[in-house]
This record gives sequence, structure tokens and C-alpha cells, in this order.
Amino acid sequence: MATESAIRVKDLRKQYPGRDGPIDAVAGVDLEIRRGECFGLLGPNGAGKTTTVEILEGLNRPTSGDVEVLGLRWEQDAPAIRERIGVTLQETRFPEKETVRELLTVFRSFYGHGLTVEEAIARVSLETKANALVEQLSGGQQQRLAVAVGLIGDPDILFLDEPTTGLDPQSRRQLWDVILDLRGRGRTVLLTTHYMDEAERLCDRVAVIDHGRIIALGSPAELITRLGGEHVVEFAVGEGDSLDLSAIGGLDSVLAARAEADGYSLTVGEPHLAIPALLESLATSGRPLARLTTRHVSLEDVFVSLTGRHLREDEVVEPEAEPRGGRRGRRRRAAR
Amino acid sequence: MLRHSPFFQLYLARLREFIRQPARIFWVYGFPMLLAIVLGYAFQSRPPAPVEVDVVAGPARAGIEEAVAAHNARLADAGSASLGATSGVILHVHPEAEALNRLRTGRTPVVVMPEEDGGFSYRYDPTRPESAAARRAVDEVLQRAAGRVDPIATRDVLVTEPGSRYIDFLIPGLIGLNAMGGGLWGVGFFLVNMRIAKLLKCFVATPMPRRDFLGAILAARLTFLLPDLAVLLLLGVLAFHMPIRGSLALVILLDVVGALAFAGLGLLIASRASTTETVSGLMNLVMLPMWLLSGVFFSADRFPAVVQPIIQALPLTQLVGGLRLVLLEGAGLGRFEVARALAILAAWAVGTFWLALRLFKWS
Repeated sequence: MATESAIRVKDLRKQYPGRDGPIDAVAGVDLEIRRGECFGLLGPNGAGKTTTVEILEGLNRPTSGDVEVLGLRWEQDAPAIRERIGVTLQETRFPEKETVRELLTVFRSFYGHGLTVEEAIARVSLETKANALVEQLSGGQQQRLAVAVGLIGDPDILFLDEPTTGLDPQSRRQLWDVILDLRGRGRTVLLTTHYMDEAERLCDRVAVIDHGRIIALGSPAELITRLGGEHVVEFAVGEGDSLDLSAIGGLDSVLAARAEADGYSLTVGEPHLAIPALLESLATSGRPLARLTTRHVSLEDVFVSLTGRHLREDEVVEPEAEPRGGRRGRRRRAAR
Repeated sequence: MLRHSPFFQLYLARLREFIRQPARIFWVYGFPMLLAIVLGYAFQSRPPAPVEVDVVAGPARAGIEEAVAAHNARLADAGSASLGATSGVILHVHPEAEALNRLRTGRTPVVVMPEEDGGFSYRYDPTRPESAAARRAVDEVLQRAAGRVDPIATRDVLVTEPGSRYIDFLIPGLIGLNAMGGGLWGVGFFLVNMRIAKLLKCFVATPMPRRDFLGAILAARLTFLLPDLAVLLLLGVLAFHMPIRGSLALVILLDVVGALAFAGLGLLIASRASTTETVSGLMNLVMLPMWLLSGVFFSADRFPAVVQPIIQALPLTQLVGGLRLVLLEGAGLGRFEVARALAILAAWAVGTFWLALRLFKWS
């Protein structure tokens, strides 16, 4: 039934003219978001998340493809869709000299029906700041105000584009509470993020997007299970040549082995089998262990295993710069 | 009901934003006043200043000093009643080398050198108007002292009426300049800043009617225009006794149509620009020619005839020209130049809005 899905996307494409020919920001995305779910669009910067979301929000036109929001189409029903969605953009700077209440009153006037200004303020817990000027708010409070702006029309779907980027941990958690509260009210939320923990914590389902395509889709738990192993073993060895990855990859219960910037990372089914095997192998080749840690698999690992890259490129120390948006697939990483 | 009117809420927001920024209030209202006061006093009409000339030291200089003293005494006796083209003369005596050096470096307009035959020679640069004037004044004094008599009687009638002074010329210019600045900054720069802050996108993502958004900006612009006009007119009338000879309603109409033309220009500038650098460059490109050419600070008639059609087509030229005609000459709508100014300004307003709305990038 059409009414069951909040958003339906078929073969969505968006091309921008670039210096070396056209660039496919979105290269054939299919998506179906159900009503009442919190859906996460995950991917690194420049993966096409924002372009996709802006097309869904009616702020950008697709080059081709089919988009349905709440059973309506942007070409025919733009005003009706706008009335029923809420949008929180990345890094909006609201006018500094308006108070929280004033700004929300202005936005409230755009909608035929919606929350009262006081309700919207309460949803994001800004009651004590209702009469404060925007310039007096902290970064986290400004971001919560942006969410309140998205909520003021009591939307059926709320779009949140990287709502917690650049926030301190405490502000991030406060914003998570706002989103969880919304999910509890049965609203549909579409969230983009490049924080894995955020997606794991908030989202019912997640689509991993890279180079304009969806490369994995499912609940966070499903995606993690698809990796096979549930554990990650990370280790480093003393000075010397890089290790033979294929040999390590063949060890007992090791599902995958990767070289990282500062050592090696193994996806492991059963650590109690893999770790002794690893230690023995290192001992025979005479390489002393410098570090060894284990942890549970996260969405970050899913992303790395899918693309060979980390989600947040800035966290990786790369020996030499590679062109952005380069070839897809595994990138060789030097293991010094 | 107004609580749910997007137009009214956006309009209020615009007013709030403006009055909460004292710096902006100064630039919009304070700065033009300051400019009017400073320039008004600097170019105030004053009685003619005495002419100062250098005389080369030597025995013959006594005769010159005598002649000048007699001239100055006569002038003092006559009092201010006959002050006209004639002004007092002040002599500075210097050795020849120093006097010539002062002439070269522009510290004296003319050097008077007694000749051996009892005559005088004047050394001066004829391309400097004040040198030529000083030479005439000194020559007059010396010739009269030597016995020259005017063959026919002449009489000076002096006119320093309000309306013909520099300040009267300046105030309409400043009103026009403010309308231009308000339209370009208040609409153009404001919109680009909203685009940079992603606010424009944020608004467009809501069901907000776009005509209400632009309408509110225009309404706010016109709201700020009236105090602006009032401040400069009051300053002119109260502090400088500037006349308002024409209809005040026509002055307001001209200013409003002019402000709409500049708001349209502002909108056009803002239609695509998405960085502060681009918009600043475009604003300067639009404003600088008008600052210089449109006759705000000095008459645009001084530019060569070839460029006059271009100058006359500029909105600021027409606004300032129209305001001067109405304020200082009491011209009405029936006067061709006033009607033409209104028509050209309206054409600018319609043309720029038409183009800007087609080009405008909302998201």
C-alpha cells in the first residue's frame, strides 16, 4: 500500500557539471522509508547524502528518477508536501538579534496547523532560553532551535541533516533525546550522519551511501551481523616490514584482516581462538606485539569493510593525499 | 490574526533586527546627517576672504604698501554693505628668492615685483584660478592708487538666498544616496547574507509564500525610508534653512519610487551571488559610478556631453535631479524633467524586479 511508506525513491540521479566532465553526486539511489521509522543515511562527506536529502526536501531537483513523499510528488504538490514535512539543515545561522520565541513565531506563521510555539520550545527543552537572543545560545542550543524550527509545523516527516556535527558530547546526547522522543511519538525521521554511534543509537534502519550509491541497507544489527564476526581485534607490532596480511587472514576464526594507519585490524568470529593463533604466528616470525585491543563490531567496521575507507577521512593519517572522490573500492594504506 | 500572517511576521522580524543593531542605525540615519553637517559647514557661504599676495622686498615696496593700506581703509569705512567683488588685500614681504620659491610651491598665488621704471610685474600661474583673481585684485588696487577712474558707474546686487547654496544642493543628493544605499545594502546584501547563512534555504523548505517574504523586505525598506527622508529634510530646514518649495507628497513619491528602483537593483545583485566577496564586488560596481557621476556632491553637468546620456539614465541621477527640482525650484508633476525622472525610476524598478525574479536562486 502506497500510504505505508513515507518516502519512496526510484533510481534517483543527480549530475553536476564538473571541471573534468559531469559529476554524479547521486548515481541511482532506490529507497523506501516506512512511516514511523527513524531512518539513517550514513556516509562520508561528499558521499551524496545531502544532495539526496535536499531532493527529498524539494530544495534540489533530480536529474532523473522518481521521488514520492507521503504519496505526493514535488512537481505537482509542492505546497502540500511542505506543509507536512519539517526540515533541519546543516549549519543554519539564524538571525542573531531574534529571540527563540520570536523566531519560532515567525516560522509558525508559515504553517496552517502545527505545534504552539511553547510546545516546540518544550520539545527541545529550551524553556529557559525562550527569551534569549539567538546569539546568546550555545552551539548545541542553536542546533536544538534548528530542530524546533523543523518541528513547528508538527510534520509527518522530519529531515535532519547532520544534526550533531560539531557538537560536544553532552549536546549530542541532548539532541539524541529529542530525536528519540520524536520517534516515540511515531513520527518518521530521516537523519543523515557520519557518526556511527549516532546511527546505531537512533536508527531503526540504516542505508550506507558512498559515491552516490547505496551500498548496504538494513538495521544496524543486521549490517553488523552481515560482517560475519562480532568482534574486532586491533594490534600493532614493533618496527620492521609490514606483515603478510593473507597469512594472518588465514588464521583460525579470522574473517578479514586489514592494515590500518597505525597497525592492523582483524574481524574475528571467536576471539578465544583467533588471539592465541595470532600470538603464535607473531612469535614464530619473531615480531613482538606492541599493542592489542578487542572490541565489538560497530557500523564503522561495516563501512570500512564495504569501502576499505573510514567514514571520517580526517581521522585517518594518510601517507600521501589521494584525489577526493577517487576510485571506488579498497584503498591501499601504508603500514609503517 | 496577524500572528498567523507570514507577511506581517516577516515584516516585524525585519524591523526588530534593524532596531536591535545600533551600528546599523548609525550608518543609515546618523552618518548622512553627519555628512550633511560637515559638508554644510565646510562649504558654507562666507564673505570673500582677503587676497594674500607676496611682495618682493626692496625700496619700491613702500608705494605698494601705501596703496594697499588706503584700499583696505576705504573698504573698512564702507562696511559690509558694499562688500561685493572687492575684498581686502594682505601683503607678505619676502626677499625675491624666497617669494619665488613660495610661488613655486603654491604657498602664495602671485608675487608682485616692483620694476625699475616704477611699474610692477606679476608672477603667477594663469591656470590657477585663485592666482588670476589675486592678480586682478592687486592690479586694481595699484592702478586705482595711481589714479585710474572707472569710465561708467556699476553697482553690485548680492544674492545669497537659501536654495542656491551648496547645502541646498547637497541635501537632496544625500537623500538620493541614502535611498541607494538602503536598497543595495538593505535588500541585496541582506539577501546574500541570508543565502550564506542557509537561512534562505531554511525558509524555502517551509510553506512560506515567497511573495510574502519579498513583500516584507520591501515593506520594511520603505518603512525605514521615511524616517530617513524626514531626518535629512528636517536637518536641512531647521539647521540650514533649506527651502521646501514643491509638494512634500511629490518628494515622498520620488523617494519611494527611487527606493523601489534601488531595491530592485539590490535584488538583482542578490539573485545569484552566494559569497560576501561577490556581492561586495557587485555592489561597488553598481554604486561607485553613481557616487561619482550622478551629481550628488557636484553637478553632473560638468561631465562631457558624450557621456551625458549614460549619466542621465542612471537612477541616482534622476532621483537626485528630481528631488532638487521639487525641493529647490518648486517643480510639480507637470514639469517635464520631474515626470521623466519618475518614469525612468519606475522603469528601473520594474525592469530590475522582472529580471531579478527570473534569475533569483532560492536554494
